[in-house]
Amino acid sequence: MIQVRNLTKKYGQNTVVKGLTFTIEKGRIYGFLGPNGAGKTTTLNMLTGCLAPTESEIIINGHDIFEEPEEAKRAIGYLPEQPPLYLDMTPYEYLCFVAEAKGVERGEIDDAVRKVMEETHIIDMGGRLIRNLSKGYRQRVGIAQAMLGNPDLIILDEPTVGLDPKQIIEIRDLISKLGENHTVLLSSHILAEVSAICDYVMIISKGRLVAADTLENIRRSQVKENSVSITVRAPQAKVEELLDKIDGIVKFDMTAVPGVDEVWDVVIDVDEGIDIRERLFTEFASAGLPLRKLSSAEPSLEEVFLKLTSEDEAAGEHERDMAFEEDADTETDKTAEAPAYANYEEEGGDEEGEDDYYVPMFSKTDSDENDDEEGDDE
Amino acid sequence: MGALYKKEFKAYFNSMIGWVVIAFLLFVAGIFVNAVNLNGKYPGFEVSLGSMGIVLMFVVPILTMRSLAEERATKTDQLLFSLPMSVTQMVLAKYFAMLTVFAIPIGVMALYPLFLLLYGSVNLITAYSALFGYFLLGASLIAIGLFVSSLTESIVISAVVTFGAILLCNLMSGLANMVPRTSIASFIAFTVVIFVIGYLIYSMTKNYWLAFFCGCVAEAVLLGIYIFNRSVLAGSFSNVMKWLSLFDRMNTFIYSRMFDITSVIYYISVASLFVFFTTQSVDRRRWN
Repeated sequence: MIQVRNLTKKYGQNTVVKGLTFTIEKGRIYGFLGPNGAGKTTTLNMLTGCLAPTESEIIINGHDIFEEPEEAKRAIGYLPEQPPLYLDMTPYEYLCFVAEAKGVERGEIDDAVRKVMEETHIIDMGGRLIRNLSKGYRQRVGIAQAMLGNPDLIILDEPTVGLDPKQIIEIRDLISKLGENHTVLLSSHILAEVSAICDYVMIISKGRLVAADTLENIRRSQVKENSVSITVRAPQAKVEELLDKIDGIVKFDMTAVPGVDEVWDVVIDVDEGIDIRERLFTEFASAGLPLRKLSSAEPSLEEVFLKLTSEDEAAGEHERDMAFEEDADTETDKTAEAPAYANYEEEGGDEEGEDDYYVPMFSKTDSDENDDEEGDDE
Repeated sequence: MGALYKKEFKAYFNSMIGWVVIAFLLFVAGIFVNAVNLNGKYPGFEVSLGSMGIVLMFVVPILTMRSLAEERATKTDQLLFSLPMSVTQMVLAKYFAMLTVFAIPIGVMALYPLFLLLYGSVNLITAYSALFGYFLLGASLIAIGLFVSSLTESIVISAVVTFGAILLCNLMSGLANMVPRTSIASFIAFTVVIFVIGYLIYSMTKNYWLAFFCGCVAEAVLLGIYIFNRSVLAGSFSNVMKWLSLFDRMNTFIYSRMFDITSVIYYISVASLFVFFTTQSVDRRRWN
């Protein structure tokens, strides 16, 4: 229903979104995931026509957003990062305005507005000024606004930022319910949220799509080595002796559980394709040592996310160097340096901030991006 | 477009702005009509209007300051962009909403000549032609204010700059008289104008060569005139300033008692031009 091809946005020399290509199918909840400054908001703004892409083709239900913007926009409901509310109106007036602007028939406006107000549970707030509503209620008014006109696709940009835990749960429930009748595209940098709601996840990093699949598949694709974690009560030497007997163990780390004598947390890395959990149980049981916990340690979504986004940072660095080499006539000095730090990046980790040190030229770029999405941190 | 127009119009009366603008205009109109027509026993309603040009300097910035600046500050412009509505429709809806608010006190003022008619003879044709001219003057100033509002996120800056721009319009004919009338002075002044226009072309199109080319052609023509027919330039800059002065044109309606079609067209052109500039300025933000 949405086809995006080679979506690119440049601000001057600085490319914020680099050639995104993806398709959104009907009837799913999509998660759009990425660290701060990855280009999420920019991408969503371009999908909804708020921002013009430098280069791309965006086709929504068969309508190109630049050639037939009105038809294309009718198929979309958008809640930007900051809900676009007129504070001196009541939610009812506001929603009536949006409904009319979206071309809802005059006679049906009242019904349509009441319906979305019921679904978002703001019917009691209908007569208050938006100015006087709490953040959670404002967010709901924003979502109600996006639902009006019954668009096929609802795009929500970080809908739970700045809400308290109870409100977050309520908004999530609301989004899950939206997913029953609409396609939803939800951007977030909160992994728990995405894993709780979304069927399908797109992860972007530094303006590039690094993964697009169901959560399970993404997680599975990233599982390289098996590892098992146990908690056991035993003397250290005894644990080491028992583990040494078991085949297939690559290495293990022991940490003492604080406050209790002789209780150890052990994380064991195992060769691929071997399941040692039952073996561990019998070994420790027959030695008379109680296992307090035994679980296979799958990488969490956080780990997968960090892995994917940091891998791409290194790759991104490399590509920038390539770009430099192409522009060699103007950037001679930089080119000479480039391979050195490119290697460094690949070998030596990828904490953020390193680019600032190694590529002064981009330091401004990165901080700019972060500025744009400062709200994310809240 | 209709929805936004209605919403904007209502917004002026949800806040104080609409009421303040109407009350202030009517209050000042009341004072002048009282002083000139009732106490002064002068039958020309247009003369009272003539003193009211300056009131627009205060009213128009108040009316236009939040129109686009506030949308940008509160990020509600993202809603408008995502609605099925073009930028032109959005700008026009806002412009017409402001014109409607401005038309309300004008409509009330249209009753004044009729009241005066109760006490003697009033030339209704000159009175209404002057009122129409006053409305057009307001309409073109509102378009300028709308444009200024599209340039900034700050309501205060928007109001102050609009005030300054209208002040400049008001002082234009006075300044025109101060400009030296020699041909070399006109030549220099036009050169400066060419530079400014060249810069504007550059900042709008980001095309250095286009701006440079246009500037060179204009400057060559100017130089040609200066070399071959110097006397044409004498006093020409000050004449152009006078011709462009929005407020001066109002005087033809009031003191010459003429319904001046050239001025009507001029006002409508200025209004359309600035509405067009506004759409460009709003649209450009989506590209940057």
